[in-house]
Amino acid sequence: MHEHDVIVVGAGGAGLRAAIAAQEAGADVAIVSKLHPVRSHTGAAEGGINAALRDADSWQDHAYDTMKGSDYLGDAPAVEALCQESPEEVIQLEHWGMPFSREEDGRVSQRPFGGLSFPRTTYAGAETGHQMLHTMYEQVVKRGVTVYDEWHVMDLAVTDEDDPADRTCHGVVAYDIQSGEVSGFRADNGVILATGGMGQVFDHTTNAVANTGDGVAMAYRAGVPMEDMEFIQFHPTTLPSTGVLISEGVRGEGGILYNENGERFMFEHGYANNDGELASRDVVSRAELTEVNEGRGIEDEYVHLDMRHLGEERILDRLENILHLAEDFEGADGLTEPMPVKPGQHYAMGGIETNEHGETVIGGLYAAGECACASVHGANRLGGNALPELIVFGKRAGRHAAGEDMGEAKVTTGKDGEWEPADYEFGVEVGETGGRGPAAADGGAVATDPEGVLGAAVERAKDRVDALLSRKGRNHAEIRSKVQQTMTANVNVFREEERLEETLGDLREAREAYKDVAVSDPSRTFNTDLIHTMETRNILDIAEALTMGALAREEFRGAHWRKEHQERKDENWLKHTLVSWNDGEPDLWYKPAIIEGENKTYEPKSRSY
Amino acid sequence: MSTQIPKQTEESSETDAETDVASRGDERRTEKRRRAAEEQARRQAEEAEKAAADDDTIELKVFRYDPEVEGKQDPRFDTFHVPFTKGMTVLDALMYSRDNYDSSLTFRHSCRQAVCGSDAMFVNGGQKLACKTQIVELEEPIRVEPLPHAEVRKDLVVDMEHFYDQMEAVEPYFQTNEYPDGELEEQRQTRENREKVKMSTRCIWCGACMSSCNIAAGDNEYLGPAAINKAYRFAMDEREGEDIKQKRLEIIEQEHGVWRCQTQFSCTEVCPKDIPLTEHIQELKREAVKNNLKFW
Repeated sequence: MHEHDVIVVGAGGAGLRAAIAAQEAGADVAIVSKLHPVRSHTGAAEGGINAALRDADSWQDHAYDTMKGSDYLGDAPAVEALCQESPEEVIQLEHWGMPFSREEDGRVSQRPFGGLSFPRTTYAGAETGHQMLHTMYEQVVKRGVTVYDEWHVMDLAVTDEDDPADRTCHGVVAYDIQSGEVSGFRADNGVILATGGMGQVFDHTTNAVANTGDGVAMAYRAGVPMEDMEFIQFHPTTLPSTGVLISEGVRGEGGILYNENGERFMFEHGYANNDGELASRDVVSRAELTEVNEGRGIEDEYVHLDMRHLGEERILDRLENILHLAEDFEGADGLTEPMPVKPGQHYAMGGIETNEHGETVIGGLYAAGECACASVHGANRLGGNALPELIVFGKRAGRHAAGEDMGEAKVTTGKDGEWEPADYEFGVEVGETGGRGPAAADGGAVATDPEGVLGAAVERAKDRVDALLSRKGRNHAEIRSKVQQTMTANVNVFREEERLEETLGDLREAREAYKDVAVSDPSRTFNTDLIHTMETRNILDIAEALTMGALAREEFRGAHWRKEHQERKDENWLKHTLVSWNDGEPDLWYKPAIIEGENKTYEPKSRSY
Repeated sequence: MSTQIPKQTEESSETDAETDVASRGDERRTEKRRRAAEEQARRQAEEAEKAAADDDTIELKVFRYDPEVEGKQDPRFDTFHVPFTKGMTVLDALMYSRDNYDSSLTFRHSCRQAVCGSDAMFVNGGQKLACKTQIVELEEPIRVEPLPHAEVRKDLVVDMEHFYDQMEAVEPYFQTNEYPDGELEEQRQTRENREKVKMSTRCIWCGACMSSCNIAAGDNEYLGPAAINKAYRFAMDEREGEDIKQKRLEIIEQEHGVWRCQTQFSCTEVCPKDIPLTEHIQELKREAVKNNLKFW
């Protein structure tokens, strides 16, 4: 067994920043990650970091843009924390040596991004995430933070009181991918989940193969609600054959979208008469698919993104990485021809319910970064707002877990504040197959002392590994693939009731099939078959909660479009969707969004660009 | 177990039912010729289809080894036949083989877009990132092996610890003694200087360079191209200041540092991010000389 004050799960931007902050606050901290830190998907982020650094800009403007971009489902206290603290965090990165792009006077460069009222996206070429990830890992090396890399966290060690709000997290159980050893990691102060995205729920995604939402599913089964899962960002410019991301930076620098007829459809077909290509991502993705659906797509599949007119010099200076990606993964030369692009799953606005300090409803359990939902993105995330979220909320969670007093949070967790039950009847049974099980089967434990809770969780994990390795059964790959296909077909940019119900049925079948899953590779050495099999369970839980939220939310807000409900309904729906696992019988409920900021209220306005 | 060939759909050959034809010989002969021609056309079409099918299947020979599984303790190559699709990469072919033929086939991979650096392998005798290596550019059968000069853990997975140790040996983090006064003030850096370090900052720690380097293969303590490039990234960054640069040059000048490099350019050739590694090493040698430090 290993023991530390703070255990951080995941080693991307949020995890590394959390670890550095916890250590600076005096904690003995360790990172446990299924990938070596530099392999994390933060490294694939391209565009940049929004921060109000300049005199002509202000954090208040950034907050206003973010609330509007969120379609008023962001929680103002979290949004304001993001915008107030992003500038100091960006300068911190610069002081750690991050190689930002520069202006003539030597200051860091900023560029325009979609939905922003000021060019405040700070960047390092079109490889901002790579530079940010490596800069922070350098700091982790410098500080000698312990990293257990290639350890897959299987479960949380959480007590099993009836009410999740009474439970406490005492650590995690992880599987050493190199050796097959299952071990407990005791966290005396807290566990911070920073496991990133869940794009593998879909089959056309910009996310890495490792982005299976492990932290979200783990926290969910331990009793933390998933919040606003129906809000998935589909990025408008991904390469059609692989889902590889083409940065919004291309449009920020002046790139233009054309349909098959060579029309600049964002303007010519009236999707965004003011901002055109730089409208918010949800708007551009719907516009592209509408063009394709109405027969103006190229090969009935995609549209063209043209940046040739920017000139070779500017492209090489600011977007060089895009040339490599388009060439290597689509065979297109961005200097001489337009690049084919279509919408692809990119980001989950929802996730583990937290407050603005990163705390969840379970004591000692935190979450930060894409896996968390504070919520700063609400119904739609603005480009350039993900990277600041990692560093601002990574730092906040790290400090809080290390014991720093940060005052009382304004965002509530669990059913602490105002909430209401949902009265939506799903046509299909959801949750654990075979009905509600004992809490202990999925994250709770019978014991209440830390040692006992962790010990029991370790035993359960060992049993699970042994069972998967020894029994005969079906391979997970087909199940995962079916889930991804039904999600992409029916829970995509455009959603309608009947097809959402159909997907819930497909997911039920997948859950049934998963009961018979087994791992055919008997090895304890680097058994990726075993890891992927465990991930597929996480994918199933997330896909289900996501689809439930998409069905129940009968309105059109941000990234969530419903055929039967073509308008935003503020009277009824200015609220967050929450799904609690409830020991196997998922429970859907709502809590109000907070539009009251420190000094102002962000009154919902119609969102046009 | 693992070597499987995808099922080919077999067309049942058409049985030629002799029918009674008209008694007139001409008619009969014409009919016969027509049938023969038809039969020939059908055969040709079938052959073409088969050839096309073969064209659309690629053959991979993949290194297999597992220290604890019977039958895999002696390294061997398994053959996989994978249906080709446009734009298919070596990584796609490996994933297809794993998901459809043998779930125990093991390799590291994550981002699929050449930025996480997980999937450097030895493909047809060269260090490549599997995810950015197009199948059409390779000769078949495609031989996929783990990176040479590293201990194999299982199949295509090698032990990266030594590589990480070398990376960490060069104090791979920014250092300076002077920060600007204002709390929210950045350090200034010229565009030229940012451009100078740009390529060096693109390293994704894939280990291809180290694996390709003869010197590193013979001298386990040699820092290797990636670690020296990391040192270059900071030594050339004007924000660090001269005193720190001095310290950095001392680190890379040690016995197993820059002077071991024999400028064979193998690292530069294999780098998937096109970092001019050899040039960076040479430049550090020149810097060291300029600084009048003792050298080997």
